[in-house]
Amino acid sequence: MSNASQANESAASKDSPHIEVKNLVRAFDDRRVLDGISFKVKRGETLVILGGSGCGKSTLLRHIIGSLKPDSGEIWLMGKEITKMGDDEFSEVRKKFGMLFQGSALLNSITVGENVSLPLQEHTTLSPDIVEIMVKMKTSMVGLSGFENLMPSQISGGMKKRVALARAIAMDPEMLFCDEPTAGLDPVMTAVVDVLINDLCKKLGMTAVVVTHDMASVYRIADHIVMLHKGKVIFEGTSDQIKASKDPIVVQFINGEADGPISFKQTGDDYLKTLLGE
Amino acid sequence: MLGDYMILLGKALRCCLVGPFRRKGPKLVHVIQQMDAIGVQSLGIVCLVVFFVGLVIAMQTANELLKMGTEMYVGRVVGLTMLRELGPLIATIVLGGRCGAAIAAEIGTMKVNEEVEALQIMGIDPVRFLVAPRVLAFTVMAPVLAVIADYVGILGGFILGICSLHLSGWQFITIMMSGLVVKDFVSGIIKSVVFGLLVGSIACYFGYQTEGGAEAVGRSTTMSVVTSIVMIIVADAVMTGIFVYIV
Repeated sequence: MSNASQANESAASKDSPHIEVKNLVRAFDDRRVLDGISFKVKRGETLVILGGSGCGKSTLLRHIIGSLKPDSGEIWLMGKEITKMGDDEFSEVRKKFGMLFQGSALLNSITVGENVSLPLQEHTTLSPDIVEIMVKMKTSMVGLSGFENLMPSQISGGMKKRVALARAIAMDPEMLFCDEPTAGLDPVMTAVVDVLINDLCKKLGMTAVVVTHDMASVYRIADHIVMLHKGKVIFEGTSDQIKASKDPIVVQFINGEADGPISFKQTGDDYLKTLLGE
Repeated sequence: MLGDYMILLGKALRCCLVGPFRRKGPKLVHVIQQMDAIGVQSLGIVCLVVFFVGLVIAMQTANELLKMGTEMYVGRVVGLTMLRELGPLIATIVLGGRCGAAIAAEIGTMKVNEEVEALQIMGIDPVRFLVAPRVLAFTVMAPVLAVIADYVGILGGFILGICSLHLSGWQFITIMMSGLVVKDFVSGIIKSVVFGLLVGSIACYFGYQTEGGAEAVGRSTTMSVVTSIVMIIVADAVMTGIFVYIV
């Protein structure tokens, strides 16, 4: 292959979306939780998936990370369609992304340092000395130097999130997925985690997809926003565009108003019908 | 349910038997940690239980044998019972209650806390990381504990024979050995291997199937212990039939 064609291919791969979701549909029983979702995320961009509780945002994230399979539609990660991949092929893709879970999901039976080193020990042949240096590097990046020998039960919720972040970036992934990374944290710790996600994405050149419903976090970290409501994308744009939106659902949500088109008043029977898709 | 169990068992066995040749086997350090937790740390309770079981069998049989003046055969009864049946059976039932429950609760809690999903997302196979080391450790440590249980149970009977029946140590051992054949010992070992595999895989299966919250973890733990004990007894009946009537 000539240098010119290599350069063209490289330029094309830079311009092509790092993550692309095409017309994704997923139903549980008769209820469509994801109803024709489509969006693109450029390399190095931070996408925030926004929406109220039960709108399908965590389900969408679980499809993107391969935990769930869609009924129809395509998901492209790093130029590869993942919905039809076998386990072995997808396990290679998995090594290129990190995931920060809502509840941190640290292994409670091992130390903070062992949690961070786990992906390195499982996927690389690095010597224990190098792994130790890398663990110290990653824990210092999240401001937790010296905490390596503590057990997860001995640290606070905010620290657990930061350890989970250090574990997610242990393999220097190309993509970072976060499921409600600031849920349950105080405002200061929320800002700390947001700043960390921003800084790490810039330093490591990661593409990030963050699921949240915390508007302060959205304005701090989002390059691009997708808002879901009843399984559909009802808004796509930037922070400034969402602030200027006239859509009553978007306005009610971003202003946190109790009255509006998003109704939280429903009877037990209505809720049951919604759950059963009637 | 049975299908899911067989799939998990198949994956664990493939990981233990074929995995090491493809660099996909359980890590030795994880297996050793589990062997310590399952085998070494259960040694005390297993010995305590089988010692008293041996003592009770000796007391019960001695009472009847005394009526016929054949109390010197108490060693043979205790030896046969411990080697063929009660050594492997009691050791693995204690393992199921102590370690099987702990493993079902541990894996169940990990499942509820998204730790198992986190492993999958990190590209780490939970069967290789969690299930295979535990199943392997159970299968290896159950026969080891069964052999120790055999000796400790016989010791219980021996002490009764010496102290209560006034037999000499030599007499007890000679009469016991005259009634034993290699098959008695080997059949007990084979049984304990199967029991260990059953207890380990059933505990991991119920832990792995846990969905929900704390209540689900409790349910999995109970189901693990109950199913293990029932399956051990059923497997024991089947294997005893094979050893007595076929082999």
